[in-house]
Amino acid sequence: MSDSNSGCGCGCGDGKGCAGAAKPSEKDVKDLKVIIGLEIHCQLNTKTKLFCGCSADFRDDAPNTHVCPICLGLPGALPKLNKQAVIYALKVAKALNLEISEVSEFSRKNYFYPDLPKGYQISQYDKPIALRGKMTVDDDEGHEKVIRITRIHLEEDPGRLVHKISRDRAGYTLVDYNRSSIPLIEIVTEPDLSSPKEARRFLNKLRATLEYLDVFDGEKEGSIRVDANISLEGHNRVECKNISSYKGVEKALTFEITRQRNLIRRGQEIVQETRHFLEGRGITTGSRSKEDENDYRYFPEPDLKPLRVKDWADKIELPELPDAKRERFMSQYKISVNHAKTLVGDIKVADFYEGILKNPAISKETELAATWVCDTLLGELYYRDMKIDAVPRECFADLVALLKDKKVTDKVAVDVLRAMLDDIHEGRKCAMPSETVEKSGLGKGSDDEFTEIIKKVVAANPQAVADYHSGKGNAINFIVGQIMKETKGRADPKSLNKLIVDYIASME
Amino acid sequence: MRYRFDAEDGNNAFITIVRDAEYKEGGVLSGIPVAVKDNISTKGIPTTCGSKILEGYVPPYDAHAVAMIKEAGAVIVGKTNMDEFGMGTTTENSAYFPTTNPCDRTCVPGGSSGGSAAAIASDMVPMALGSDTGGSIRCPAAFCGIVGLKPTYGRVSRFGLIAYSNSLEQIGPMAKNVTDVSKLMEVISKPDIYDSTAYNRPYVHTPSAQIKGKKIAVPKEYFGEGVDDKVADCVRGAISKLEEMGAEIIDCSIPSMKYALAAYYVTCTSEASSNLSRFDGVRFGPKVEMKRSWHDEYRDYRGERFGEEVQRRILLGTFALSAGYYGKYYAKAQVARSNIRNDFLRVLNEADLIAGPTMPNTAFKIGEKSSNPLEMYLADILTVPANLAGVPAISVPCGKVGGMPVGLQIIGRHFDEESVVDAAFAYEQEVN
Repeated sequence: MSDSNSGCGCGCGDGKGCAGAAKPSEKDVKDLKVIIGLEIHCQLNTKTKLFCGCSADFRDDAPNTHVCPICLGLPGALPKLNKQAVIYALKVAKALNLEISEVSEFSRKNYFYPDLPKGYQISQYDKPIALRGKMTVDDDEGHEKVIRITRIHLEEDPGRLVHKISRDRAGYTLVDYNRSSIPLIEIVTEPDLSSPKEARRFLNKLRATLEYLDVFDGEKEGSIRVDANISLEGHNRVECKNISSYKGVEKALTFEITRQRNLIRRGQEIVQETRHFLEGRGITTGSRSKEDENDYRYFPEPDLKPLRVKDWADKIELPELPDAKRERFMSQYKISVNHAKTLVGDIKVADFYEGILKNPAISKETELAATWVCDTLLGELYYRDMKIDAVPRECFADLVALLKDKKVTDKVAVDVLRAMLDDIHEGRKCAMPSETVEKSGLGKGSDDEFTEIIKKVVAANPQAVADYHSGKGNAINFIVGQIMKETKGRADPKSLNKLIVDYIASME
Repeated sequence: MRYRFDAEDGNNAFITIVRDAEYKEGGVLSGIPVAVKDNISTKGIPTTCGSKILEGYVPPYDAHAVAMIKEAGAVIVGKTNMDEFGMGTTTENSAYFPTTNPCDRTCVPGGSSGGSAAAIASDMVPMALGSDTGGSIRCPAAFCGIVGLKPTYGRVSRFGLIAYSNSLEQIGPMAKNVTDVSKLMEVISKPDIYDSTAYNRPYVHTPSAQIKGKKIAVPKEYFGEGVDDKVADCVRGAISKLEEMGAEIIDCSIPSMKYALAAYYVTCTSEASSNLSRFDGVRFGPKVEMKRSWHDEYRDYRGERFGEEVQRRILLGTFALSAGYYGKYYAKAQVARSNIRNDFLRVLNEADLIAGPTMPNTAFKIGEKSSNPLEMYLADILTVPANLAGVPAISVPCGKVGGMPVGLQIIGRHFDEESVVDAAFAYEQEVN
């Protein structure tokens, strides 16, 4: 890339004066539509690998302990298709409204790489298992839009390279074939996504859907990998490979849009290329020159027969999926659309919510429970990097019951919740909130109890009282804060407010 | 039980000999020494495919066919020589040494299962396993004067057969006589769930010399250009013999035969280019010190250890599958292949069997054709159609020309090895 010193001044690097590509106006560049399509690879959580009987649950085990002649690609070994993987793929296809192919076929994708034991990957090419589906997602304005799914196909994962540095600082590489032949589905979307945030929401919803189907575990490291195609309207497309997290997708796309906009601003062409996303640095780099690009020489896999599985798909019954669950939550529990969306965004959260409502003490408190799960619990969990499964449902239900009965203030409830989560997080036994409150006397006090304290605080802060009199309503808040401090949050700020105002009025 | 294998290998039939072998008593092959082609995996016994790239490779598992013959009590006495990865018609393409023809040691034994044929013809073993991708069992059977059967595609599991061209090849039995071929076929055709292209169609059959009333079609293309006159006469004589015995002989034509060799070579080289990718030195085979980039190491390792014919076929196949050429070559070859299959189905709808020569000539002199690959490819013209169509075909000795054996090829319907074996058996009984 050249710079602005070159002759024509437009940054095209052409010293003789460039032919076209006048610099577009800033507004034009800003208004260019963003066009994004995704290719998402997800590991299916089958018991065994795609083409052999090795256990697919390898993450805690030593390298190369889940291998056999088939997944090592030893000479003479043949693939034997795992029926469960096919059924999982069909489930996803049905859930995303794809048409199941009457006949689909495995193909070989030929390329050399040390993690690829056979020198080809068994994948699907021109006859994938399912075509043409759709999933809705909220756009950046909160309106629902349809994202078309091009296809879904089944393929095997390669092994994994582990790069090491030895003591003499020379690098070397080890290969672990535990991952070799783990089943993957590749989900390809049409270029219907229009922003990095929308892409991330799409992925989150996709992940939720796969987890609803119980075919995928998003918490396993490396269980999802994304290639993103991105272009600005009227310009060349760039493929970003190697994105392995949801956050990474948004980052990579945001980086690319900025990079591409800047090139266009300078009147430069976007090169159609494959770029690598460097997760740690949050940038993409051009990764391959044209000469290195693979010609995969796809051809039908002669070791496997064509798949005719449409009738398998017909027999599959799908569970309730996120959209349906959201509708049901809204009508059954009368909760807001935002709470419903948050709850159904993760099946574990949805199950937790319905689980705590089973407690008779709070079974009618659907809104209160939704508010406390969505607006408080999830944030506290995120802060501690904890999973919702770790929270005992009876404890949380007990907390909601205390709130329902107005036995604690919101402030105290948050403190109790935090203490509870800290206990779980650090491996201690988690006590029932009602016991904690009773033991430590954190129960909401009576108005009489607070009258003395109010007297004391008001007397100690004449300036605040004076401010209040001179029309600064906020001065009351200062006094409320002081009293909250004194009472360790046991007082309800709203009623305190009233008590203070009444007391000050009575002083006159 | 232990078996001492003392036979002398005067024709270099074996790459690996197991002198002191173990076997399980009691099965139908109990105590019978059986040789196994070196591209069929044998647990604990080196399996090289006749290639330097697999020098010293010892498989940790048995091919299904091997497991079956062991189960039946056979003694595995060694691994036989072959053209590297099955790519050849003479066994001269072995990376180790050529095998000679027991009938005349200045001649090739045929290929690629030349070692297995020579081991049988020289009475080292009564039977052996071969593999047939485009004639690799039938050609050496014809050249060495023994019997060899290429089963229907899918009747014998390929699990453990080191792939050259998956969609064409089958493991098959070779022996001195039809009875032993049939017996070995019965053992190796036991079903196997680990080969997805195999059918559950076990062969259970005792040969009977029934030929009366069978319709045998004789395609004119099997006696066309390139077929040696004397060989043709010899085979015509054998077919007349079948007629005398009560078979009805009809003329037929398989016009698609003219595309057979092209379809065959495009298909097998394409598949081979992919199958042979795994030989990269990372997981098995001779140890390499990978000190440079993997790309450089792969290139040199494969360049040094694959023989010339293997490299030629990998290049041809890689080209045929490349972007922009796939439609011109691979896709067209598949169309030709399905035409050939349809022609065979049509003929075999009217007739029970097809008969003709196995090879267009008798065994070549060693070195005679090795410098001209194209001429060598032409020698496969009469055997490749059965592989393309997937039908069973046997070669049974039917006389000699110039002192060298000639093979009669009998081809049958899919999964009708029984009729093929019966016809060969009837002929064998009649002339012996």
